[in-house]
Order: sequence, then structure tokens, then C-alpha cells
Amino acid sequence: MQDFSFHKPQNLAAAVDTLKKRPEAKALGGGQSLIPVMKLGLAAPSDLVSVAGLAELRGIKVDGKELVVGAGMTHAEVADSAEVKKAIPALAALAGHIGDAQVRNRGTLGGSLAHDDPAADYPAAVLALGATVVTDRRKIAADDFFRGLYQTALGADEIVTSVRFPIPEKAAYAKFAHPASKFALVGVMVAKGPAGVRVAVTGAGPGVFRQADMERALGGRWAADALAGVAVKAEGLNADPYGSAEYRAHLIGVMARRAVAAAG
Amino acid sequence: MAQGGIGSSVKRKEDARFLTGRGTYVDDIVRPGQTHAVFVRSPHAHAKIKAVKTAEALKAPGVVAVLTGADLAADKVGNLPAGWLIHSKDGTPMVEPGHMALVADKVRHVGDQVAVVVAETKDQAREAAALVEVDYEPLPAMVGLAQAIAPGAALVHDQAKANTCYDWHLGDKAATDAAFAKAHKVVTLDLVNNRLIPNAIEPRAAIGEFDRVTGDLTLYTTSQNPHLIRLLLSAFTMGVPEHKLRVVAPDVGGGFGSKIFHYAEEFVTLWAARRIGRPVKWTATRSEAFMSDAHGRDHVTHCELALDKEGRFLGLRERTLANMGAYLSQFAPSVPTYLHATLLAGCYTTPAIYSEVRAVFTNTVPVDAYRGAGRPEATYLIERLVDVAAREMGMDRVDIRRKNLIPKDKFPYQTPVALQYDSGDYQATLDAALKKADWAGFEKRRAEAKARGKLRGIGISTYVEACGIAPSAVVGALGGRVGLWESAHVRVHPTGSITIFTGAHSHGQSHETTFAQLAAEKLGVSTDQVEVVHGDTAKSAFAMGTYGSRSLAVGGTAIVNAIDKIIAKGKKIAAHLLEASEGDVDFKDGKFTVRGTDRAKAFGEVVLAAYIPHKYPANLEPGLEESAVYDPKNFTFPAGCHICEVEIDPDTGVTQVIAFTAVDDVGTVINPMVVEGQVHGGVAQGIGQALLEGAQYDDQGQLLSGSFLGYTMPRAGDLPSYQVGTEVTACTHNPLGVKGVGEVGAIGSPPAVIGAVCDAIGVRHIEMPATPERVWRAIRDAKKA
Repeated sequence: MQDFSFHKPQNLAAAVDTLKKRPEAKALGGGQSLIPVMKLGLAAPSDLVSVAGLAELRGIKVDGKELVVGAGMTHAEVADSAEVKKAIPALAALAGHIGDAQVRNRGTLGGSLAHDDPAADYPAAVLALGATVVTDRRKIAADDFFRGLYQTALGADEIVTSVRFPIPEKAAYAKFAHPASKFALVGVMVAKGPAGVRVAVTGAGPGVFRQADMERALGGRWAADALAGVAVKAEGLNADPYGSAEYRAHLIGVMARRAVAAAG
Repeated sequence: MAQGGIGSSVKRKEDARFLTGRGTYVDDIVRPGQTHAVFVRSPHAHAKIKAVKTAEALKAPGVVAVLTGADLAADKVGNLPAGWLIHSKDGTPMVEPGHMALVADKVRHVGDQVAVVVAETKDQAREAAALVEVDYEPLPAMVGLAQAIAPGAALVHDQAKANTCYDWHLGDKAATDAAFAKAHKVVTLDLVNNRLIPNAIEPRAAIGEFDRVTGDLTLYTTSQNPHLIRLLLSAFTMGVPEHKLRVVAPDVGGGFGSKIFHYAEEFVTLWAARRIGRPVKWTATRSEAFMSDAHGRDHVTHCELALDKEGRFLGLRERTLANMGAYLSQFAPSVPTYLHATLLAGCYTTPAIYSEVRAVFTNTVPVDAYRGAGRPEATYLIERLVDVAAREMGMDRVDIRRKNLIPKDKFPYQTPVALQYDSGDYQATLDAALKKADWAGFEKRRAEAKARGKLRGIGISTYVEACGIAPSAVVGALGGRVGLWESAHVRVHPTGSITIFTGAHSHGQSHETTFAQLAAEKLGVSTDQVEVVHGDTAKSAFAMGTYGSRSLAVGGTAIVNAIDKIIAKGKKIAAHLLEASEGDVDFKDGKFTVRGTDRAKAFGEVVLAAYIPHKYPANLEPGLEESAVYDPKNFTFPAGCHICEVEIDPDTGVTQVIAFTAVDDVGTVINPMVVEGQVHGGVAQGIGQALLEGAQYDDQGQLLSGSFLGYTMPRAGDLPSYQVGTEVTACTHNPLGVKGVGEVGAIGSPPAVIGAVCDAIGVRHIEMPATPERVWRAIRDAKKA
């Protein structure tokens, strides 16, 4: 790992200011993605600006028809939150199965979204629930936020402050864990909510994506067997020794059916 | 009986320091003035080295030295030797290319060492290593076995034509062919024994140290056999006599075979320390471990079994391609030959066996012994053939085994492939395992699982292995370049406490406890009074170390023989003190007694008399310490039966091991808890091989499974709660009757797991690791068929 300067700003404005002044700086959440990447020499930021503890990024509350989760909340906090369990139990369950206990106690919602690992769990929830990503300067709809492999709509000096999840009528996440890494080989989040039926797939492709055919089928009838006729194409999906594109395509179907069944 | 003697589950003496994080591993050791080494490794699988430019690295902050293969060549040191010579069918010796610790001509696998940077800090060394510029001219990478032996294949070593190290055989070809000619049924199978990466929890590490005044060299290293490393340093790599070399292997966090071998890095740290006159430390990163620790297995095999009408085995023959990797690691040549083909009778009466093994160089990490070494490959091959034979003959898998097991009254049993099994009762372990696993009740469990949408299957393996290696004369006749005896020294201190010095090395085996139990049993002392010292050439006498499940059978026997000498001397002293004839003195439960009288002397009294010899036999030396060496008379032959039950999710192909039963005959059990632990660990690795693990290279020779993101080590959640039992037939040729337990779990289990998967989904065979995708495809293909 290359040497870097570490900053612990007192508030959000100071954090944004530091990022603006230092073009090679990166915001640091819980360090569960960025630090391993730095250890492997794949990133070498000049400065790290710690944002996880900022008051502006903390808190979980229900605001009208939305659940608002602070970007600095850890996966463990989301998983254990009574508000989350009540409003969107599928989101609490998803957070409770990210990584391992150490990762869940350090990693944050904002960090995960900003990193946008193609096999991360949170992007599936954000996209399927039609959430809004709130930053220090604007609001970004989920459909506009994810831009493929490790790419998001965030500016280099922009910090995610919270995520507003519309509370769905039904939702569930089903994950098939990669045998080695335990990241999602395929993860499917299904939701029926204010924005209609949405199906988001993580792990299978170069970034999280919506499965339009499944959304149509489930829009017609919300039942696992409504997906029976939906063929998922292998084209464009990831492949590694533990999962060919064809197998991943098959698993998208299996996980989607399981998610719908679990959502009830 | 003394507390903690043979047969009691004494809690491990090691645990206090290991469980509280107070072990002393090589990386914990800090020497005065210590520097740090980082290796520059090849990113190519196969490439000519055109130039190594070190000027920029030398200028980097904190750099003390940058050394290359040219520096090694100038010092005329650094060629790592092979420890076993195999002759091909035509009598020619195997091709034995050199293996320089830093390569100068061309790199032969990703991770090959090209240079080393020594700096004041590890970070400085790492940063400077990135500044070493190597000009490579890439060559075609020979990755797969078939590719490497194809006509026109690029040569990994110019002298190894068709990339072949040797083309060897064992057994009576004519007799075997005749058996096949008269067979009622011939079963054939092609299978792969997947390449495994050992992944001991502690990565390899070394500290080299040089005393300019005395010329003494000390190497702290993560080794299973410090004396062997000293011998190889002395005779081959460093060329310094043993009395000027000390090798210390302190606490070592697992080896599984991968820490037997003399590696380039440990030699280079010592050589660099001598060059710069300061200690040099190196600790592997996990990524380096993946690309530089010797891998295991990697066989591609075609095998056949001939049967008569009743399902009796008439003959077995096989052709195996064994991957050696890029260089010959020390014991690599022996693994697919004398540790593999000699086991092909298994626990069966197969009268004719013929094995052909061709060892092949490829542009991959060297392959050598890994827990079981050759015997898991033999067991897997036999047991898969037997399962397929049962399927194709319409026979029950238990019946066909029972019909062919060597009967218990046929021991000693001479196999057609050189080994003579001394003892065993294979029916007993089979029966005990069937009962423990409730084999008879399985169909009910299968039906219940089916109702839940799961495919349940059961698999069985009956195996024998050869360990406790090995009689030196036999080893020598088969091409081994070492003796395989073991030493012990037992020192009884004046007040009766005991230090045992052993050449065996404990890196997870619990020797500090179990060897103390031997003294407790024999001398009637408590295990708390016994300390076991190992892992330092300056402390214990020359010996061969720990591998091949040999520590108890060979090293333990040496200890027992030394203790017997203590008792014999004690009897002389006691006879003198008790004014009796030596022949009338018995020793039992810590007491010397005169037969037929109530006269007695406690062990402690006799010990004290030996050190304060005021009343003492004439012509007897004072003091009480004895040495012994033991060269075994034969291998030992643990055997047993493993039964695995799995459930498969047909939608995803995910296999869950629901139950695993192991009933093993490892001979006399010293500490049942430790034996259970060894079986648990071995079975975990066997389940890992069968379902999870497998090294993966792409066709450029890049290691795809080069981290835990891509290589699946078994986790607790992948494993069931084991049912473990033992049946005992004593080994007939060592005084304890012990056989060895270190490897049985990894040897017996893979075919039981794969048998269970095949049974669940109704297929003939599936390759290891049976990953979810493989199983899903097999289910889909079976449906189509």
C-alpha cells in the first residue's frame, strides 16, 4: 500500500472541501472495499477523507412513505434496526448477509454504493426498491446512479449522505453466494412498490441491472410461477471457474423465483 | 496407571499458548539489526529473461541490497536438489533439471523468483522491488498435461523431451493383461485428481542470520523438518558444514506437507544475510503462498478394473499423467510412484495390478506431497472404479466391497504391488461404520429428503494407506536419497522431571502432549512433569522430521526405545539399592519392585540415586539420560471406512454434506481426542478436495485461483458434525502397535463424498471438485439422457 494522508473532518462541508482541494483524495467509509483495493495496489489515493462518523451521515428514520437510511450506517446497524425490520424487512435481511461479521460491523451503506462492486448486495436493493441516493449536493434516482463496473454518477468530490427507500408492498432478496468469496454470484431483489414491480440483479453482470422481462411477468401476476416462461439470456453475463454465464443466467431465474416466493 | 498415559484424552499442553495468542512463530521473531526481503516474481508463466535491471531499485530509500540469479551463480550456490530418483521403464534415470533459487535464464511459472530486494523496512523493500525492471521475452505457456506432452510442445526444460520427467511403471503387465483377457466384465474410468493449494494458516517465513566473527549461520524457518533443511543447506544450497549451521523451526502454523521442502526463499534469506552481514527476514504474503508453496495432487488418469461373474476383482490397470509443475520439488518424483502405485491393491485381494505413470513438467507451480501424498490419488481411483463396477454389475456397493476385502486371517498380506500389509481387520471397520452411519436406514432418509425437494445420496469408501515412513533400506532401493529413521533423546532430571528431545516436528499434531503421554505411561509420571523439545537442530539430534504420518510410529518408537533404556538402567540402580539381583527387579506404575517381596523403590528415588551416586553400582555411569534411533521395519497400514451423506438442491446444484462417518483403524490410540481432531481436519480437507477446492490456471498460465476470492477453502458451514470412531488392530512391528492418523481423513474421504453425490443424482461419475455448476450440469445432462 502506498503512503497517504488521513483526514477526519468534523462535518460534511469540511469533508467535501477537503475532497475538492485534493483531486487524488478519496472518501473513506468503513474501509471494507477501498482498503483491500489499496492493499492490492489497485488504487493509490493521495488522501483518505473519513466520512463514516459524520453526524450528517448517521440515522435511520421513516419519513412519510420512505425509509431514510444514513450513508454512514453500518450493515450491522441496518440489519439490526427495528425501523428497517418493520418498514422493509427484506432490506434488513439483505444487510445481515453482506460479507461476514467484521465487514458488517465496519462497512457502510454509502461506502458500498460509492464503490459499486458488481457483486455487492446493496445496489440490488437500491435499484429494485427504486430508491433515491442523496448526496451533499443533489438527489440521484437509482436508475441514474449505477453506471456499470465500479462506475456511478457520483462526482469525484461528491459524498453520499443518505438513501431514501420507498417502502414497498412486498420485497425480498435471494442471493446465491460465490463458493469462494461469498459475494453474490447471483443476487436478485424483487419488489412491488409505489414504482411498480422492479427486479434487480447483482453479481451476474458487469454491474447491477434490471430484468425487464421478469418485471413484465410479475407485473401481470405476482407469483413465482409467473416467471416460468421467462428465459434469461447468458449473453453479456460474467463467467469464472465457479459460474459460467449460462449457469448465472439459470441462477437468475432460480433466485428470482425464490425471492418472489419469499416476498409472499 | 499414571495420569495421562496411553489412551487418555489429555488436554493439549500446547493450547495455553496457542489459544491465548502467545505462540512464537517465525514472523514473531525479531533479530537485532534485522532487514527485510521482498522477492521479485515472474508475472509470466514462461519467458526468457533478457535483462534484470536493478539500478533504480538500488537507489530507493532504505535499500541494502538487490540480488539476482547472476549473484547466485557468481557465488556458485543455490541449486535446490530433488530428493528421490525415479528410473523410467527403459532404465534411464528421470530428467533432473536444475532449480536455481533465483532464476537467471528463463522463468517457468508465474511467481518464479527472479530477484530479491533487501531493505531496512518491509515497505521500503516492497517499493524498491517494484522498481526492479525485468525484460522478458514471453514463450508459449505449457499449462495442461495434454498440452505439455503434445507433439511440438514448447519445452519447460530443454533437456526434458516432450516435457517428460520420467515414464515409470510398476506391477506385472503380462499377468494383468491376462487377468483382463479372462474377465467377465471390464470397467473403465477416466478421472482427474484435482490440483490443490495447501494454504496452511501461517504463510511461510524465514530469517537468515550470520555471525561474522564465528561464521555461524542460523536460519529460522517454517519447516516440518529442520534437520533435513540443514542437511540440504549444507550439502547443496549453501555448501556450509553442519556444525556452522543451525536451523530453528519454532511454532509452525500448519504444513500439510507444504513445509517439508527446502524452498528458494529460506535459502536466499540466509545467503543474503551472509552477504550483507545482517539478519534478513522474509514472510510470504498470502498471494505469494498461492504461487510459491508446492501444490498437491494433479493427476489425470485412465483406469480399468477387471471382474469375474460374481464381482470379484481380477485385475486393475491404470495410466496416469502426473503434473510435476515447473521444477522438481524435493519429494515430487516419489508421490505419484512409490506413494501411489504401491497402494493400488487398496484393501482388496486384486491379484494382478499394473500401473504406468508419466511425470510431466508444465509452466505451473511445482507439485509435491500434500496431506496423503499419492495415497488419496490411489484411493480415489480404486474406490471410484469399485463404485462404477457395482453400478455396471448391478451389485450393491457394500456387497462388492465385502466380497473383495482382504480377510482378517490373511495377514501378513503380500500385495502384487510390493507392499506387505502387517495387520488389519477391514470387515470390522466396515461393519462399525455401516452401523454408526445407519446405512440400512438410508432409503427412508432419501425419501424424506425427496419430499422436501432435495436429492439425498450416500457414499462409501473402504481404504488402506501406507505411512509411518519408512524403512531406510527399502526407501534407498526405491530411489530415495535419504534415510527415514528417527531419533529421540530422553533426559531424566535429578528431581525426576523429564525432557524429551525429538527430531519430529509438531505443527498441529500435538506432539508436546502425546509424546509426554508416552513417558507418563512408561515411567508412571504425570504429563506435567514432561517437556517435549523439538524444532531446533542445536537441541535435538539429527532426524528426519514430520510427514507421512510418521511421528508417532517412527519418532514415538524411538522415544519408547530410549525410555526402555532408562528403565533398564533404572533396574540396575534399583537392584543395587534394594540389594537384589537385577533380574528380579520389575518396573511398573512408577515403582521398582523386587519380585516376590514387598521391597520397592520409587522412580524418583532411583533417579536421585543416579545423580547423587553415593550408593551406586560399580561400573555404571551416573546420570540418567538415553538416546535411541529407530529405523522402522515396514510401513504401517492404517485403514478404515468412510461414509458420507449429502443433500443436493436440484435447482442450483449446491451440495451440502449432511453426515460424515469415519471409522478408522490407526492402531493403538495414544490420545483419543487428538486422534479425533486429526480425523476431523483430514476429512475437512477431503471434503474440500471433493466439493470445493481446485487450482485453476488460464491458458496463459495465470493462476485464476490465486486468492481466497477464487480458491474455496472449506469453512465451518461447509462441514457437518462428524461421527468418528476407531477399531484397533495393533501394528505388529513397532512396540506401541501404532500406525498413524495424520492423513487418513484426507485419504479416505474424497471418494465417499463423490460417491454420495453420484448416488444422489444418479450419475456414473462426476469430477472433483463437484462445484454447484458441475452438479447442476450433471443433473441436467442426466435428465436429457
